[in-house]
Amino acid sequence: MNDSHTSHDGTSHGSHKSYTVGLILSIALTLAAFGVVMLGKFSILATAITVIVTAVVQVLVQLILFMHLEFRTQQGRESGGFFVFTAVIIGLIVGGSLWIMHHLRLNLM
Amino acid sequence: MATDTIKQHDAHAHDGHEHHDAGAMKIFGFWIYLMSDLVIFGTLFATFGVLANATAGGPTSQEIFELPFVLVETFLLLISSFTFGLAVLAQNAGDRGAVLKWLAVTFLLGFGFVAMEVYEFHNLIAEGYGPDRSAFLSAFFTLVGTHGLHVTFGLIWIAIMFFQISKRGLDSVTKPRMLCLSLFWHFLDIVWICVFSFVYLIGAM
Repeated sequence: MNDSHTSHDGTSHGSHKSYTVGLILSIALTLAAFGVVMLGKFSILATAITVIVTAVVQVLVQLILFMHLEFRTQQGRESGGFFVFTAVIIGLIVGGSLWIMHHLRLNLM
Repeated sequence: MATDTIKQHDAHAHDGHEHHDAGAMKIFGFWIYLMSDLVIFGTLFATFGVLANATAGGPTSQEIFELPFVLVETFLLLISSFTFGLAVLAQNAGDRGAVLKWLAVTFLLGFGFVAMEVYEFHNLIAEGYGPDRSAFLSAFFTLVGTHGLHVTFGLIWIAIMFFQISKRGLDSVTKPRMLCLSLFWHFLDIVWICVFSFVYLIGAM
């Protein structure tokens, strides 16, 4: 039990508290995102920014509180480094695709 | 790592520690797989982003997305992610019965999610809005369907873990498998966050 909170080997982490906090934060962020879209009382820009920000925060909440992403230990730094690398690749793929195709569309008009 | 080497010379800790190291290596390898899977989803999101407005005279996302339905789906998957966390905590406490109980709850929630998604897909196709209708719908079905397929394989894995743990108990073989499965399950929830935010909510605006 003792090493369930401090283990360096990645076999077990977390506590009831971290999972419960993660659940409550996730529910609140989900309701906020659906709320602004379903009420439809805000400008397109404000709504889009809210949805994007709540999505990013909720992904971080789950990564940290559910998947225990951290950079304090050797194991954590190795996994975390892989995640950051993957995030950069995905940023390039998604951002690059949207950018190129948007310009293509403008040039074809 | 230096402390690991010292500990391995300790005869008392030797056995347990080697198991831990092998388990940690398995989980790290599984993490690398998850990251490569994430790149697949990244490319599918990029495809959807490019084709989201290519409706070819067919229905637009505003016309076919039903947000209350998606909200229920989201809660099923979100709560199942939490209940899997409870299964991992039960495993840390060595409580096999609780592990099995939470695995079963997670399975039911995940099954509900897949059932709702199949129902949604069935309705869309029945109305003539299948993946062949427009590039937007092709990209939509591919992205959401790939996620649904992952959840389905997750359910099969949960069922296998359930029987394996009820038979073998919690040992050095089943424990790392449970932790890999927990990462997989949380990972699917994270992908779903991006799906409901960037596909359904942005699309319904």
